[in-house]
Amino acid sequence: MAEYTLKLRRYQPESGEAPYWEEFTIDLDGKRSVLDGILQAKDRQDGSIGIRCSCRAAICGSCGVRINGRPGLACHMHLDEAVERSPDGAIVVEPMGNMPIIKDLIVDMDAVHWKKMQRVTPWLLPDGPPPEREYIVPPESMIDITQTMACIQCGACVSDCLSMEVDPLFIGPAALAKAYRFVGDPRDGQHKERLKDLAEDPHGIYDCTHCFNCIEACPKGVAPMSQIMRLRRIAGSEFEIDDRNNGHRHEMAFVDNIEKNGLLHEADLLPDSYGGKFHPRAVPELVRSLPAILKAVQRGKVTPKKALLHAHKADKQVRRIFDHVHDKDERYELNLYVEGEEDAPEADDSSAAGHTPAERSPNQ
Amino acid sequence: MKVAYWPGCVSRGFTPELHGSMAQVAPLLDIELVELDRASCCGAGVIAEHNQELADTLNARTFALAQQEIASGADLMMNICSTCQGSQSECQERLDGNTEYRDHINETLAPEGLTYERGISNKNFLWLMVEEIGLDAIKAKVKRPLTDLRVGPFYGCYIVRPTDRLGIDHENPRDRYLQQLIEVLGGTVVDYAGQYKCCGFPIITMNRDASLKQAGRHLGDAIDADADCLVTPCPLCHLNLDLQQPLAEKVVGRDLGMPVLHLPQLVGLALGLEPKELGMNKHVVRPSSVIDWSTSVVGGVA
Repeated sequence: MAEYTLKLRRYQPESGEAPYWEEFTIDLDGKRSVLDGILQAKDRQDGSIGIRCSCRAAICGSCGVRINGRPGLACHMHLDEAVERSPDGAIVVEPMGNMPIIKDLIVDMDAVHWKKMQRVTPWLLPDGPPPEREYIVPPESMIDITQTMACIQCGACVSDCLSMEVDPLFIGPAALAKAYRFVGDPRDGQHKERLKDLAEDPHGIYDCTHCFNCIEACPKGVAPMSQIMRLRRIAGSEFEIDDRNNGHRHEMAFVDNIEKNGLLHEADLLPDSYGGKFHPRAVPELVRSLPAILKAVQRGKVTPKKALLHAHKADKQVRRIFDHVHDKDERYELNLYVEGEEDAPEADDSSAAGHTPAERSPNQ
Repeated sequence: MKVAYWPGCVSRGFTPELHGSMAQVAPLLDIELVELDRASCCGAGVIAEHNQELADTLNARTFALAQQEIASGADLMMNICSTCQGSQSECQERLDGNTEYRDHINETLAPEGLTYERGISNKNFLWLMVEEIGLDAIKAKVKRPLTDLRVGPFYGCYIVRPTDRLGIDHENPRDRYLQQLIEVLGGTVVDYAGQYKCCGFPIITMNRDASLKQAGRHLGDAIDADADCLVTPCPLCHLNLDLQQPLAEKVVGRDLGMPVLHLPQLVGLALGLEPKELGMNKHVVRPSSVIDWSTSVVGGVA
């Protein structure tokens, strides 16, 4: 048994008082969870602490909170690990973000999470009358959507979605991952309609900023952002949905830019994302950006010559790779969640992100 | 130390002062830069969004070109762009994680005589400074400590998330390296809300207001925490935070005027280089709170 300090953020909206921090000392084994710690404090010291929980085994998704500033399940983190990650030895527990607080650590999931879930029509919409017996589906296509089916609706990804922080109408990571669960399901008959709806919504799939917070937050490996990218890929490449948000146009402007230049030529990317320099849609956007462009020229960041003439041309090998991959009938996607990751060979200790082998680092 | 150097696109495009300042700082840190001039854009997540195999093949080619340099004497591959780091690490995770897939990608590279071998070490300049050169060695080279300069780190997204892919753990706290470095250079670290958040740049053409609101909010938070400037390892963040700052001001409805430095610029100042050599005159927001331009002396809010 060991003593730990929990620093809880307390708040009772109906009291009219501001939120405040309160510390509790608990006595538990380090391998017990943060949730166990909160429940001990509630049991022995203050019965009024508000926390929602049920299974205590990371499967019901009820106890989503922020621990030391990061979203996750309170039952899914050991006390000794939490204390290691704490800034000053006290384990800081707060309610999740992006959702209104009902009391202490309990947030209003109905107001945000479940409402957004409803938004993506989270049920199967098959075409035509159902078959006489069951639907027959190839195993591969069901394996493909198992990643999104692993979601336990805890809201950890919604809590720290940085797009939602500035645009509360953003459909968000959890609901969009759910949308892929149906877009990826061959029994569903409304793939195009679903994607068109999500692409045209100004707060839909093209409102995600690639910040990876949802991937980091998810306790189940759902990787919502990766699912959003798959929705974009299918919307653009398979259904050629040319959305009003410039999402698909931007993607293609970028890809074509690299195919042509090898390196990104920013001066073309902006107008091309709106349909080209002289497109009626581009003109007001470029006018709005004019102050920034002029400032950049004035500071010598960009010269008019550099902006108009791009000296760099793609290596012919780069163009060959573009042609080779684009000529394929089917996209080849590797999902490590499904395939699993091979272990690194013993002798080679450098990981994906390039850890230094011990013998080469002066710090080790 | 010799590195296979990948500068990326934006450092040679709209933020030329980044590539320029890196070239100035490298010799002072005894880094020899061997530029990978045949390599292509990492895709910044957008090519992967379009076609994963395409992004993986282009980056496998970059890695293979770097490995040729490593075979002829370079120690590792180095980049100066967080977005390159994140995008390339994502591709590397797939390439390293599955032999069959790697072989498949290598088939596409074969006509050029290139092969990617599993396990390249590709480090951002930030990681390289802390892990390869060492903070003590850098401290010893400081000529003009950033005394009283209050610096807010702005990591952006691609270099800190997801933590397992980017090798951030207890042993390598790569999400604290900027703070450690600022201290070693003699500056004061400013802790503020936006340091690990998104600058908003990826959605600038899709949802302009949300994009600029992100940039404006983080800059405002840094001002409220009394920062003199921000430092970022990501040139794309720099575009939204500096180039677009006048537009962000309008969206968030407050004056900002927060200078944003590229990582090599901050290091270069402390190592004794002049602001102009580091291209600091090229910023949209003049770094006047960092530099007294008349004398080029580093100081706090003079």
